[in-house]
Amino acid sequence: MTSPDQSWSFLFGRLTLDSLPLHEPIVVATFVAVMLGGVALVGALTYFRLWGYLWKEWFTSVDHKKIGIMYMVLGLIMFLRGFADAVMMRLQQAMAFNGSEGYLNAHHYDQIFTAHGVIMIFFVAMPFVTGLMNYVVPLQIGARDVSFPFLNNFSFWMTASGAALVMASLFIGEFAQTGWLAYPPLSGIAYSPSVGVDYYIWALQIAGVGTTLSGINLIATIVKMRAPGMNLMKMPVFTWTSLCTNVLIVASFPVLTAVLALLTADRYIGTNFFTNDFGGSPMMYVNLIWIWGHPEVYILVLPVFGVFSEVTSTFCGKRLFGYTSMVYATVVITILSYVVWLHHFFTMGSGASVNSFFGITTMVISIPTGAKLFNWLFTMYRARIRFDLPMMWTVAFMLTFVIGGMTGVLLAVPPADFVLHNSLFLIAHFHNVIIGGVVFGVFAAINYWWPKAFGFRLEPFWGKVSFWCWVVGFWLAFTPLYVMGLMGVTRRMRVFDDPSLQIWFVIAAIGAGLIAIGIAAMLIQYAVSIINRDKLRDESGDPWNGRTLEWSTSSPPPAYNFAFTPVVHDLDAWADMKRMGVPRPVDGFCPIHMPRNTGAGIILAGIATVCGFALIWHIWWLALASFAALLVAAIAHTFNYRRDFHIPVETVEETESARTRQLASLQGAAA
Amino acid sequence: MVAILSNPARALRSALALSPLALLGGCDWVVMNPAGDVARQQADLVIVATVLMLLIIVPVMALTIWFAWHYRAANQDARYEPDWHHSTQLELVIWSAPLLIIIALGAVTWAGTHLLDPYRTIGRIDAGKAVSATVKPLEVNVVALDWKWLFIYPEQKIATVNELVLPTDRPIKFRITSSSVMNSFYAPALAGQIYAMPGMETKLHAVLNREGLYAGFSANYSGAGFSHMRFAMRGLSAQGFDQWAAGVRAESGLLDRAAYLELEKPSEQEAVRHYAAVAPDLFDAVVNLCVRPGKMCMSQMMALDARGGTGKAGGFNTAALTYDKFGREHVANVAPGALLAAEKWVKAMCADNSPTAALSQEWRAPASVSPLRGAGIARPAQSRPTDTLSLAPAALDRAAKSPLS
Amino acid sequence: MSEANSAATLTGRFYDLHEHDHPEGGSTMLGFWIYLMSDCLIFAMLFAAFGVLGGNLAAGPGPKDLFDLPLVALNTSMLLFSSITYGFAMLAMQRGAKAQVQGWLLVTALFGAAFLSIELYEFAHMIHEGATPQRSAFLSAFFTLVGTHGLHVTFGLVWLFVLVVQVGQRGLIPANRRRLMCLSLFWHFLDVVWIGVFTFVYLMGMLR
Repeated sequence: MTSPDQSWSFLFGRLTLDSLPLHEPIVVATFVAVMLGGVALVGALTYFRLWGYLWKEWFTSVDHKKIGIMYMVLGLIMFLRGFADAVMMRLQQAMAFNGSEGYLNAHHYDQIFTAHGVIMIFFVAMPFVTGLMNYVVPLQIGARDVSFPFLNNFSFWMTASGAALVMASLFIGEFAQTGWLAYPPLSGIAYSPSVGVDYYIWALQIAGVGTTLSGINLIATIVKMRAPGMNLMKMPVFTWTSLCTNVLIVASFPVLTAVLALLTADRYIGTNFFTNDFGGSPMMYVNLIWIWGHPEVYILVLPVFGVFSEVTSTFCGKRLFGYTSMVYATVVITILSYVVWLHHFFTMGSGASVNSFFGITTMVISIPTGAKLFNWLFTMYRARIRFDLPMMWTVAFMLTFVIGGMTGVLLAVPPADFVLHNSLFLIAHFHNVIIGGVVFGVFAAINYWWPKAFGFRLEPFWGKVSFWCWVVGFWLAFTPLYVMGLMGVTRRMRVFDDPSLQIWFVIAAIGAGLIAIGIAAMLIQYAVSIINRDKLRDESGDPWNGRTLEWSTSSPPPAYNFAFTPVVHDLDAWADMKRMGVPRPVDGFCPIHMPRNTGAGIILAGIATVCGFALIWHIWWLALASFAALLVAAIAHTFNYRRDFHIPVETVEETESARTRQLASLQGAAA
Repeated sequence: MVAILSNPARALRSALALSPLALLGGCDWVVMNPAGDVARQQADLVIVATVLMLLIIVPVMALTIWFAWHYRAANQDARYEPDWHHSTQLELVIWSAPLLIIIALGAVTWAGTHLLDPYRTIGRIDAGKAVSATVKPLEVNVVALDWKWLFIYPEQKIATVNELVLPTDRPIKFRITSSSVMNSFYAPALAGQIYAMPGMETKLHAVLNREGLYAGFSANYSGAGFSHMRFAMRGLSAQGFDQWAAGVRAESGLLDRAAYLELEKPSEQEAVRHYAAVAPDLFDAVVNLCVRPGKMCMSQMMALDARGGTGKAGGFNTAALTYDKFGREHVANVAPGALLAAEKWVKAMCADNSPTAALSQEWRAPASVSPLRGAGIARPAQSRPTDTLSLAPAALDRAAKSPLS
Repeated sequence: MSEANSAATLTGRFYDLHEHDHPEGGSTMLGFWIYLMSDCLIFAMLFAAFGVLGGNLAAGPGPKDLFDLPLVALNTSMLLFSSITYGFAMLAMQRGAKAQVQGWLLVTALFGAAFLSIELYEFAHMIHEGATPQRSAFLSAFFTLVGTHGLHVTFGLVWLFVLVVQVGQRGLIPANRRRLMCLSLFWHFLDVVWIGVFTFVYLMGMLR
């Protein structure tokens, strides 16, 4: 890319008309579709005059429930993008045989597998679990919001900002062609001179700020804002796993920030951290990034372990078996996740003792994980299990995840890893645990907490269609990958010599197609449920006969969650209250102290996006200007001391008496 | 344990290979049915570990299905105990059962990892035959280039591109490096993979037991031409190998430094190529990033560093050090005025940029192994043939390069 | 169910019926502390990078050629003094002496600025001698570690001036007291990190 003129390059940095991928017909078609869709969406929002509503009620909201829902929406949108990448890979690999190059060139294909990994981890799984924790944790601990409500809004918009940069890379310039962890020297300036890796770096750095702050926020919330009586060993399991997850976030994302900052210095300033020459050490990058990367795995999976615990005990109609050992297992996993990182690169040539140490520590993690599985299993023992969708997902998880766990332990045996590392077996393994664990868990959670968030259940028929397509599709898509791993087929390949492999890739592609139908059915499920919301309405606020405090308030909960803070005497506080027949207080309300909405979060994140874009394209004046603007805006925000207000007692009374009437009519109907 | 279980493991493996699933594609489960003894032992470990874990996985899956079915809400006959949530005996079982499996697996792992450490020489040709003390392994030097493989045979003084020819039943010692980015040297039929990294040397010891044609490739993504970075691995009898080597020597083509620099330039889908002669020390120069004339070798640089650098005078001298920081094999210009006296000295030192010959530091496999206890394997440091660890630059260089051990 | 366990008692037992507003900012110190620990982890990574790369001079100048210990000692004393004067500002805050708080904050800023100036002088001097961050992995790690600390001090100074203005505008209200406490933690944290830098980078560099 040459710049035609010095002044242009001052104005636009590396950005020229050539940067637009007009020569890639697939990208152009996507661009046109996205633009048409975007114009239609903007038009509809304008026509129905929804901008003001969105801005006031959602974008500037500091309500943890709305922020939680926005995280889920972000995760869902990015999930569709990440899945489109997956389908393109499956098609390419099913086609590129017998001398055929398939339909993707290396430049395009290498971006796709990189983007797929980055998006699915950072902008799908992370927003999903963060959204769930945001929505559920304050309700479960009987709090009215998180500790730092403004910070919560800011964190969300920083995550969205990172996602926006990744999406921008699709149409302006290119994304990284390095694999999702961008190992140097390949990701260094010598071998990746273009903007792809810079998009990667800045998207992750900006989103990482949001993730770290949200981690700090949720730890403070769980430690400081629990309802009276809820000591640590009376905390719901989901809150426990959330606490451990956020400890992991705070204790690992700074590592990612630091290692990416060093890579940035190498690329922008010419330092020698990870270069081949001048004493740099690329191996240090691999070590450092996995010191973040392995805890990240548990950041994703621990919250869904919590989800499965809540779902199992609710739908089994009994207390969770072995609550205490569940908690200890979670804590042990949290700690052990820091001493296993080297198992991601046994093949780098460490000594046998080092390799065995990390192999064995990895296996040790399977002990508390196994204990968790047994706990769910024995919760089902002598239970009365209702197989609603959340429970169906849970059983599918238990059956799928054990296989993923087994292949994981297999990969932790160093000599076995030497033959299976970087193969499709590895790909099958981590999709086995991430889809079978995280994705199934998120779907269980969506079906479980949807009625709480919106006041109506999800329609079960399309949910079941989606369930079966997903579960069958998953095994159809990934069993061939296990098989091919044992046939010595490596990952990230674009074309193949051996024609006997094609059949396996075709089966895998059919599996991906089935998953696509599953996703479509899921979207139809949401649409049908929204259309039929009156039929699916849940007025009780407790549609599943739940056990934890979020089910004690109305659905959707009022802005202040609880008119009176509940007092906890036992584990499963709401089940306890129901058993004791505690009447809900109906008078004596007080005004409620709440945080005030603010636009500062979205404005700061918007400026950060501009700053990131300018840095990616070397538009130095814009980078400096937007950085200065960021600083000024942040300082200006600190001069705003009016951050809270009281919900007047009349409003509380009105809301609560409406709720009283609702419950009374429900009881009347039952009688 | 590996040894004890290897027979049933082999039976299982053949059962696997003969299963209708495998016949379906007529495909080659090369990882489970390799042609080299090292890969075979690794495949055995895969089986052993899987069987050990199935001991607990299968009951868990069966119980999950049974409980899910039996305790469904519709079955009102099943017992329902909503307040039962603790049992010390059960807790003991659910923590100790996985623990026992992991203890067993951990023992297998510890023994297997040491036994199959790619840095150790191999102790046996196959299950029935130990390596005799007199046999010298065949050395093959491997360079991962963008995007092709260079194999140098120092003993035969020949080199090949994208073709690895090996004699059967003779121990082979690979020294592996890369010219630009990280790759992974992997021939599934022979042995597990090991990374190929620029400026560093990794090792792999293996043996091939069956003649035939096999595939090898890079197992670590390395850029645009990665998919085509494959090589053919041919196994020949000892005699056949010698004939082949003699044949190559009779061909033309010299791989000197200039030819290497030409070969190193990125290219894809290179045809097999032979070199009848190879410049001595070429491989060491590649490892030390000093093939191009005028470059300082890593070993020299590290020796200077160990002495505390070259002082302030060395500050501006970077031309001899620049390898690929600014791009592939960039030739940096020295700023005028930055030419200091010390630079001449450094330049003079590097005029002959040949890396010192590598020290022989094999980690020998002991004659008898008792892998069951893991204790039968002597620690590598004790089994070095020579304890003469000289402080030659190359030794420092290697010490610095062995990662994390 | 006894008489005493009437519905009203139950409600009172399971709901906090006489709840007052929670004092605002109850989690701030905890939250800020956790943030500092995450920042500490970034420094830990930079120390680790220095530990790994500190000997890789790339045939260039080493610590003994470059470091000027008396200058660094002076620098260290500036930062330590600034911590003491910040302590005086906090004592003044306890007494509610607004003007004294502002005064001591400005003295702290003066010491902080002196620290930064000496550091910048040191950097300029090294770069002038060819010991740039690009010269070797050792120098990359050195400039990044020390520079990141310097950037933190710079942001601390900006924050400090903002607080001087805010204390002037609104006095020592609870919100401002909280902010002063947070900056206090931040400032002392940077001091502790600098002790680490001084020991591991400068002193041990000279001994190496």
